[in-house]
Amino acid sequence: MTTTRRPRLVAFTAAVVALVFLAPYVVMVLDSLRTSTDVKTTPPSFLPRVWQWDTYATVIGDGRFPHWLLTSLIVSVGATAVVVLVAVPAAYMTARHRFPGRGVFLLVVLVTQMFAPTSLVVGLYRQFFELNMINTYGALIITNAAFNLAFAIWILHGFFSSIPVEVEEAAALDGVGRVGMLRRIMLPLTLPGLVTATIFTFIAAWNEYVVALTLMIDDDKKPLTVGFRSYVTGYEQNWDQLFAASVIAVVPVVILFAVIEKHLVGGLTAGSVK
Amino acid sequence: MTTTDDVQAPSARTTPGGPRARRRTAGVGRVSAPVALLWLAPAIALIVGVVFYPAVMLFRASRSEYSITGLYQGSAGWDNYSKVLAYPDLPVVLKNTVVWVVAVVAITIVLSLALAQLLVKDFPGRRFVRWAVIVPWAASLVITSQLFVLLYDSNYGLINHVLTGLHLIDEPISFLGDDRFTMASMIVVGVFVSLPFTIFVFIAGLAAIPTDVMEAAEVDGASPWQRWRQITFPLLRPAMLIATVLNTIYVFNSFPIIYTLNDRNPGFTHDTLITFMYKLAFKSQEKDVGMSAATGVLNVAIILLVVLVYLKVVNWREETR
Repeated sequence: MTTTRRPRLVAFTAAVVALVFLAPYVVMVLDSLRTSTDVKTTPPSFLPRVWQWDTYATVIGDGRFPHWLLTSLIVSVGATAVVVLVAVPAAYMTARHRFPGRGVFLLVVLVTQMFAPTSLVVGLYRQFFELNMINTYGALIITNAAFNLAFAIWILHGFFSSIPVEVEEAAALDGVGRVGMLRRIMLPLTLPGLVTATIFTFIAAWNEYVVALTLMIDDDKKPLTVGFRSYVTGYEQNWDQLFAASVIAVVPVVILFAVIEKHLVGGLTAGSVK
Repeated sequence: MTTTDDVQAPSARTTPGGPRARRRTAGVGRVSAPVALLWLAPAIALIVGVVFYPAVMLFRASRSEYSITGLYQGSAGWDNYSKVLAYPDLPVVLKNTVVWVVAVVAITIVLSLALAQLLVKDFPGRRFVRWAVIVPWAASLVITSQLFVLLYDSNYGLINHVLTGLHLIDEPISFLGDDRFTMASMIVVGVFVSLPFTIFVFIAGLAAIPTDVMEAAEVDGASPWQRWRQITFPLLRPAMLIATVLNTIYVFNSFPIIYTLNDRNPGFTHDTLITFMYKLAFKSQEKDVGMSAATGVLNVAIILLVVLVYLKVVNWREETR
């Protein structure tokens, strides 16, 4: 961890940064506490003209909301688990071993990211329709996992590559096998990369919209992002409810982040080559 | 810290060619293709199982003719491609795409480098600041885009309210309706939502830099700038590679921001390839699924080309040894 000579200046700058990042979402919270018409009133006011506290109760009390939240949780947790389990062996193998097709594999993984989901939804729908998997969590989980695999493989590849070879050589001398090497030596050293991959996949799946819109047709099976659509439609505009639901949707992500953020601390490889 | 020689196997010590040749022994070794395949199989299965068929479908659609209602009319050869390439609005769309991608990626990378340096320092409240930084990423992109449409509005938007209140401007600016401001306003949102992800890639990259290397340089009397230029920056190269390549892809394919913020403007004046593609199929006069699919394929081809050129320039193969 870097020590600093001007802690007050750093803390002040950081506070300003935090404020800038939060500002639009402070507006979002305030908008969720206004009446829906107050959101679009000229001139605007910073604080709600009427504080409408029951919007959150209305949103949560709406029978559909728990279903949407559950779908979002199942799909995001599932996709994250699949990505980590699949990406770790692939990244370790490509980072630490030489074999024919290694570079091609890494590139092909990257190419999958280049297809905009928007351009693939028609094919995805057909595919899962044939497999009888429309409206299933499984379809959305594996689709999210596949679309976010590249990031996890590439970032873990970078982390595995950056660990000094001597660490592994020492372990190999002690008779540690390839799987043991990965599990006991390499994974603890790449924890910041693993945490980053986890946060990344979870958030990407949590906020995925186009594929979920296409594959999840039952109202009860929709994730939050798709469910949100029903708050502001051509017929009714419940901006207060839309923003209240959005505020609630941010909470699980911040909780996840708060739980695993401490593993992002530095200097992990410092002691390992002694 | 002891020197690395102490932990080497005796055989490795006698390897001719010095440190670089040594990297190819022990932990880093050649394995046969079948062994490697075993470790890569889950990833390959996932990609082939999910992405392969829709990608083939996209390509087939790009070579087919469809009626305005989306019914298949037979094969079209490469007609859709020539129609897209001859489309009068394509030059504008391509120019927008270049401006959008270059501006968002470049600004994001530079700001993220600085902010990541700040957020790895030890100061009171660091955890809270890190939580705050993650919020634009944690919030749904569709919702953030709608939020900014409200913020930018010339009648009830808070940004104009603040700017006129401070007498910085006399008249409210139509950020999303005035052609001079539309792209810049969208780029601000693009950077804003790309920052958290990029900052955390760099934080993770900085976290992997051994502290003792830095301490040794400090003891040797290297200035902060020298330390950054000669130690931090080179060691951040893997993170930089990932941040640049993936941001480029994501920003190329970024849909909700442009689609939502540009919603009220007619035509393709501020569209990028990806919203152009969508509008060709669903919102233009053409309503042409075939042309839309051809644009989708061209989009992938362009991204692939850009990424390959970038990887070539940074000498990626050398990078991963």
